[in-house]
Amino acid sequence: MNKNIAAAFGKGKAFIPFVTCGDPSLDVTEQIVYAMEEAGADLIELGIPFSDPTAEGPVIQAANVRALGGGVTTDKVFDMVVRIRKKTRIPMVFMTYANVVFSYGTERFIKKASEVGMDGLILPDVPFEEKEEFDSVCKAYGIDLISLIAPTSHERIAMIAKEAEGFVYCVSSLGVTGTRSQITTDIGAMVHLVKAEKQIPCAVGFGISTPQQAAKMAEQSDGAIVGSAIVKLCARYGKDCVPYVKEYVKSMKDAVRNV
Amino acid sequence: MSKGRFGIHGGQYIPETLMNAVLELEEAYEHYKNDPEFNRELTELFNEYAGRPSRLYYAAHMTEDLGGAKVYLKREDLNHTGAHKINNVLGQVLLAKKMGKTRVIAETGAGQHGVATATAAALMGMECEVFMGEEDTKRQALNVYKMKLLGAKVHPVTSGTATLKDAVSETMREWTNRIADTHYVLGSVMGPHPFPTIVRDFQAVISKEIKEQMLEKEGKLPDAVLACVGGGSNAIGTFYHFIEDKEVQLIGCEAAGRGIHTAETAATIATGKLGIFHGMKSYFCQDEYGQIAPVYSISAGLDYPGIGPEHAHLYDTGRAQYVPVTDDEAVDAFEYLSRIEGIIPAIESAHAVAYARKIVPDMRKDQCVVITISGRGDKDCAAIARYRGEDIHE
Repeated sequence: MNKNIAAAFGKGKAFIPFVTCGDPSLDVTEQIVYAMEEAGADLIELGIPFSDPTAEGPVIQAANVRALGGGVTTDKVFDMVVRIRKKTRIPMVFMTYANVVFSYGTERFIKKASEVGMDGLILPDVPFEEKEEFDSVCKAYGIDLISLIAPTSHERIAMIAKEAEGFVYCVSSLGVTGTRSQITTDIGAMVHLVKAEKQIPCAVGFGISTPQQAAKMAEQSDGAIVGSAIVKLCARYGKDCVPYVKEYVKSMKDAVRNV
Repeated sequence: MSKGRFGIHGGQYIPETLMNAVLELEEAYEHYKNDPEFNRELTELFNEYAGRPSRLYYAAHMTEDLGGAKVYLKREDLNHTGAHKINNVLGQVLLAKKMGKTRVIAETGAGQHGVATATAAALMGMECEVFMGEEDTKRQALNVYKMKLLGAKVHPVTSGTATLKDAVSETMREWTNRIADTHYVLGSVMGPHPFPTIVRDFQAVISKEIKEQMLEKEGKLPDAVLACVGGGSNAIGTFYHFIEDKEVQLIGCEAAGRGIHTAETAATIATGKLGIFHGMKSYFCQDEYGQIAPVYSISAGLDYPGIGPEHAHLYDTGRAQYVPVTDDEAVDAFEYLSRIEGIIPAIESAHAVAYARKIVPDMRKDQCVVITISGRGDKDCAAIARYRGEDIHE
C-alpha cells in the first residue's frame, strides 16, 4: 500500500477533487493543484485526457476535447507532475483509460509515474477480471491501482475488496460521471461489504456537486470525490478559474471535515 | 487472464458497472445456445422472417469479364432489411427476450444495424433506442426515417467525430445508465466478451450455407472467400466454417478511404497498432499516445478505428489476410457490379468486390471465389451520385 495514499485518509474524512490535465492549459492545472491543496484537498485526481472516455459524461468529455485540442500529451503531463513535486507532496493519482497506459507501454508508463512521484492509478475501463496486467506492474513500482465498485457490483464487492489497494472508489450511481440532483444508492451498504472483507478506506464519487451531498456521502464512507463540478468551473472561467476552484474545494472540504 | 480471448486479443475492458450485465449475458448465452427450443425459434426466424438461406449466385458475366476463377456472390443483400445485420440481431433480440429484457439499445454506422435492430424490436415487441453519429444521420437520412417508422427512437451523437465509434461509446454510456431491463445489441464482432463470440456465432450461418451451397454446386470448397471488414461481422460470418479448411483463403477487405498513406483512412490492420478500446484488446487506428484516430471512409459502415479481436488473431496467425481498398476502388466496384450483374451492392460490400477484381484475373479457371455481398446499395445511391458530382437528394 502506498504510504502517501494511506496518509490522505489519516486525518478525518477526505475530500478528493479531480481535474482534467491541460484544461485550459497545463500551467493552469499546475496552479489548480496548489490551490486545491491550500483549500484542504486530501488527495488529487489528475485526469490524463483520452479521446474517447466511455465512462465520462458530457462535462468531462468536453474537457478532454479541450485539453487534447490544446496539445496535451502524456509526456507533457509527466513533465507537469515533475514541476508539482518540487513544491508539494500532496497525494496524487492519475485517472485515465487503459489505452493511454497500454499504448505508452504499461511498464514504461507506470515506472515513469512512480519516478515523477505519483501515488496511484485509476483506470475506469479495467475491471477486476482485467487488472492483473496493470496491477502486477503497479505493485512492482509502489503505485496503488485503485479498484472501483458500482451499485451493480453486489456479490462482486467482496472479491474486489480483498485485492484492493490504496482506497476503494465507490461509484455512487448508475451511468457516467456528471452531477446529479439525487443519489439513491445505499452507499452505506456497499461500504459495509468492503469493510467486512478488508480494512481499506472507501471514497464515493460520481454525481456529487454540493456540500450537502458531499457531507452525506462522507457520513457513510471515508470521503467524497468530485470531478464534473470542478471541471465545469474550469470550462466557465478558463484561465481565470483557479480562485473559483479554490473557493469551491474549500467549501466542500469544510462540509466533509467534521462529519 | 480473463475470458473471451482470441490469442492475446479480446477480453472485457469495461467499467465495473457493466460487469454483472456481461456476466449475466454470457451465462444466458451459454444456456440458450444449446437449447433446442431457442435454436428452433431462431431457425424459424432466419428462414421464415429473414428469408434464409440466402442465395449463392454464380456471377457468370463477372466471371467471363475477369477471365479467371469462377465468381460466386453470397447474397446477404437479399435478406430482410437488406443486409447481413439481421442474422445477429434476430439472435440477440430473441436472447434478450428470453432473458426477460424489455428494451434494446444499439449503435449504428450506416444505419443497417440500427434498422435491423428496430425491425427485430418491432417484431418481438421490445422498446428500441438507436445511437447514431450525427454525421451518419446526415449521410444515411433514409435509414433514420426507417428506424423511426419501425418505432425506434434515434439519438444523434454529437461527441467526438460524430461517427460509428462515438455511437458505440454513447451506447455503452447509455447501457451503464440503465441495465436492469436493457440489452445492448452490439452490431459487430467487437466489444467486451461475450459479444465477439455471440455475434460471430449468429453470423456464422453465412459460411455454413456457403459451404453447403458450394459443395452442392461445385462439389468442392471455394479457393478463396472475400468480405469487407469494419468491425468484421460479415467477414467473420463468411470465414468461420472455413477456418479449419486451410486450403480456403480468407480475405478481409478494409476501408482505406483516400489511401493508407493519408490520414483519411479506416484500414485498421494496415495502419493501426495494438491497443485497448471499446471493451477489447485488438488493433486500433491511434496516435503515439493511444488517442483514437478520427478515421475516414466513404462507407459509414466501415468507418470504425478498430477490428474485432478474432480478426486480429486470424491476422496474427496468418490464417486470414487483410487488404486495404480505397474509396475510388470501392466506388468503381459499386458501379461495376451494378452494370455487369444488375446487382447494386452496399458500398461496404463493394470493397470486397473491388479486391476480387484485382485477384480473380490471375486465378485459374478451375478455381472459385465467393464474395459476400453483405448488403444492398440502395442506401448509398445518393452519396455515390454526389461522389461522382451529381447533385441528387434522397
